[in-house]
Order: sequence, then structure tokens, then C-alpha cells
Amino acid sequence: MRAVRARVPVALVIPALIGLAFLVLPLIGLVIRAPWATLVDHLSTAEVGEALRLSLICATSATAICLVLGVPLAWMLARTEIPGRRIARAFVTVPLVLPPVVGGVALLLVFGRRGVIGQYLDSWFGFSLPFTTTGVIVAEAFVAMPFLVIAVEGALRGADPRFEEAAATLGASRWMAFRRVTLPTVAPGIAAGAVLCWARALGEFGATITFAGNFPGTTQTMPLAVYLALEQDPDSATVLSLVLLVVSVAILVSLRDRWIGARA
Amino acid sequence: MRKLAALLLAPIVLAGCGAPEQPPSSPAAAGSVTGAVTVFAAASLTETFTQIGKDFEAGHPGVRVRFNFGGSSALAQQISQGAPADVFASASPANMKQVADTGAVTFVRNKPQIAVGKGNPLKIATLADVTKPEVKLALCAQQVPCGAAATKAFEVAKLTPKPVTLEQDVKATLTKVKLGEVDAALVYRTDVSAAADDIDGVDFPEAIQAVNDYPIVTLTNAPNAAGGKAFVDYVLSEKGRQVLTTAGFDAP
Repeated sequence: MRAVRARVPVALVIPALIGLAFLVLPLIGLVIRAPWATLVDHLSTAEVGEALRLSLICATSATAICLVLGVPLAWMLARTEIPGRRIARAFVTVPLVLPPVVGGVALLLVFGRRGVIGQYLDSWFGFSLPFTTTGVIVAEAFVAMPFLVIAVEGALRGADPRFEEAAATLGASRWMAFRRVTLPTVAPGIAAGAVLCWARALGEFGATITFAGNFPGTTQTMPLAVYLALEQDPDSATVLSLVLLVVSVAILVSLRDRWIGARA
Repeated sequence: MRKLAALLLAPIVLAGCGAPEQPPSSPAAAGSVTGAVTVFAAASLTETFTQIGKDFEAGHPGVRVRFNFGGSSALAQQISQGAPADVFASASPANMKQVADTGAVTFVRNKPQIAVGKGNPLKIATLADVTKPEVKLALCAQQVPCGAAATKAFEVAKLTPKPVTLEQDVKATLTKVKLGEVDAALVYRTDVSAAADDIDGVDFPEAIQAVNDYPIVTLTNAPNAAGGKAFVDYVLSEKGRQVLTTAGFDAP
């Protein structure tokens, strides 16, 4: 048995190793080229702190919005038979495949100061989303919510609906059953979805710069800071990228047991 | 005559690199520019260079000009990272210095202007007006030439602007005015004229002290150096210059 398993076909191993190197090498390059000697100086500049703080605030707020709206949406897609459900699911996946910058343009046309809805926000409340931190959160939520919905819907479909039916026969309302039975069952799925959603929001670039603009402290999140720093000070861009890499790896490690470990 | 000699020699020199798409021995290649010419140009040159590119292609059958328009700082970064460009036209000497120390020629100058919505609804008349808190202002990011020009203008006027966004190139800044997302932006006079259907321009006296020189160069690592040189020559020619001045650029 061992001998058979040891003979790995070369035709598979070589492309596999090239693929692995292709994914890993750029990250190694980032670590090698990082200006380690001046790392602390770069990290302690006001801009980096501001961009990191803003990124964390926006990604967390966007995730909160996605949880409040996305979990019920996932439940509706997985557990109800309302008409148009399949079309709704198709629409949920559109932002997944849509280039984020297109999402930004679309948001601008709807929520911009002259937008379909934005013009009323502006004329009735004197409020407009572009160029505000709220605008960043809206852009990130738009791009990240599908990740949460898909993950939670998958968890719901994997969960046995008979527990909910049992709760219903024992007199629980559907809302009660959702809260007391469904939610605890799919909690790991929600957690994994939320982490993915948060990571996607943290890395959001295209929709943010298109819809919310770029201003340090208000709308300049880490990815925007990386992009603009690269033109003036590549070392800063490398340091900022390194910070995002560390955050991403930390997320992966936190997910390992729940998500990757569960399948391994 | 010297120009002709350079054009004749270039394909032979380049043959060693394998760059020309046509073999240099073919009679059609002798004395003519071939293949694709890749031009990296400042976003503010979008309309004029697109026109010049078309004219150039018309005069050089078989040649295709490909453009990459963007913020000069982003383009300079791409070139220094090895992007295969033949020509770089920057909106400021500072960004040109990042990629070429010598050989760049100033071909036009450009002045900043305040771009406002059609009909100037907020009645903006001076540079001081755009710094008022009720005016939403878009500027170019500091590293982009139009951002540097704006900073200069505000310094001269001893004003502190409060922009809501710092955009990555002049066209992105202008778009925010076109869409009505901001009330005013500092862009170039030529950008305002190019978008005259949607926006109005307001001149301000400090602009004279924030004029930008536009240098152009054939890059040393140009994959198609002959084509690049021919394009630069065309931009500097009477015909090229005419397109630029008609659009509102000043002669150097």
C-alpha cells in the first residue's frame, strides 16, 4: 500500500509545485523587500496609524451591517419558498463576481449626490454618502455581504431542518425556532462567514476609491494608502502591505480550526 | 536628414533585440516606423494625445499607437518597475525625473483652473471661495502633478484648502465635478475646455504662479525606440503643437 502511494505522478507534481511557488513567491518577495531597518519608523507615522484605524473601524462596521441584514437574507434563501427566491440568490452572488470598481460606480449612481436615491438624501436631509466614512462602510458592505450570505446559507442547508420542525411541533413560533434552534446550530457557519466578510471588507479597494474617494483619516483605508504610497514612497507601500499580510494570516490562523480544520 | 538617418538606423540597431515585428531586411521596413508605439501620458493629455495618435497613425501606415493615460506619478512608477513604454509624457518635470534624467523636452505648459458645475451654481469667483466650508472641493493627490500645482496655487494665495477627496489623477478629480459629487475642483484649464459641455471654468490670478511644464521623452529601454522617437518628433512638430494649443495648452 505504501509503495503504491509513494509513486506520485510527475505530471501532477510539477505543475502543483509551480502553482504553489506562484502563490507563495510574491508574499516572500514582500517580506524580503520590506525595509526592516526603518520598519518601526514607517509604522509609527500618523498616516499608517490613521489608515489602519480607519480600516479596522470600517471593516468591523461593514461586517456588523452584513450580519444584521445578511443572516436573515441567508435564512430566507435557505428556508423559505417565497416566489423569486432563485432570482434573489442569483442577485446576491452578482457582487461576488462584479469588479468592485463597477460596484463603486453603481453605488455612486444610486447614492451619490445626484444619484437615484442620493439626491433625496441630499435635498431632504442635507446628507450625502460619498467622501464620508459611512460611504466607505457602505461600499465595503456591498462588496463583502455576499461572502457572508453564501457561507450562512450553506451552513443552513447543511443543518437538519427537522430540529426546527420539532421546535414548531412543541409550540415555538418560527421566530422563536430561528432564535433558539437555528442560530445556535449554524453559529460556526456564521462565524466563518463573518470572518471572510470582514477580510474582504478590509481589503476592499475599487468600490471604496470610486464611491467614497480618498482622504486621509476620513476615507483613506489601508489598501488606498498602499496604492497611493507606491507612487511616492514604495517603502511605505511595502510596510503597509506587510501589515495587511499579517492581518490576513492572523485571520487564516483563527479560521483554521473552524473552517479548514473541519474538512481536513 | 539626421532624423531620416536615425530612422533608417534604428531598426538595424533594434534587430539585435528582436523587437521590430517586421524583419529589418524587408524593403517596407527601411526608412519607415513599424509595429506598435506605446505611449504613457499624463491623464490631462487624454484628448489631445488621442487625436495626435490618430493623426500619427494616418501618416505612418501600419503603425499602431497604444496609450496608457493616468496620473504622472503612477505612470512613472510603472515605467521604473519595467513597464514596456516607448514614450513618457509627464505633466511635471518632477515625475519625469523619476524615470529619465536627461533627454526630456518641454513641449507644452498648462495652468490650473477651478472647475465648477454648469452655470456655476455657487457663484465661485476666486480661489478663496473654494476654501469656504460649504463648498465641497476635490483636489488631485499631492504626488500627482495637478495636486502639486494646486498646493502651489493655495500657497501663493496663502489659503488652506479643505478638500473632501484627493483623487489619483486629474480626470478622476474632474469626474467628481461632472457627477455633481463636489462643487469645485482644481484641474487644468485644458481639462475644463475638454469637458465644457458639463462644467464651467473659473480663472484665478494665482494660477500663473502654478504653471506646469510638460516634458516628453523617448525612454532608454523603449522596445520600439524608432517608433517612440517618431512619435515624439510628431508631437513637437507644427501639426502636433497645433492640436495641443487648440485644446488650450500654452507653448513652452
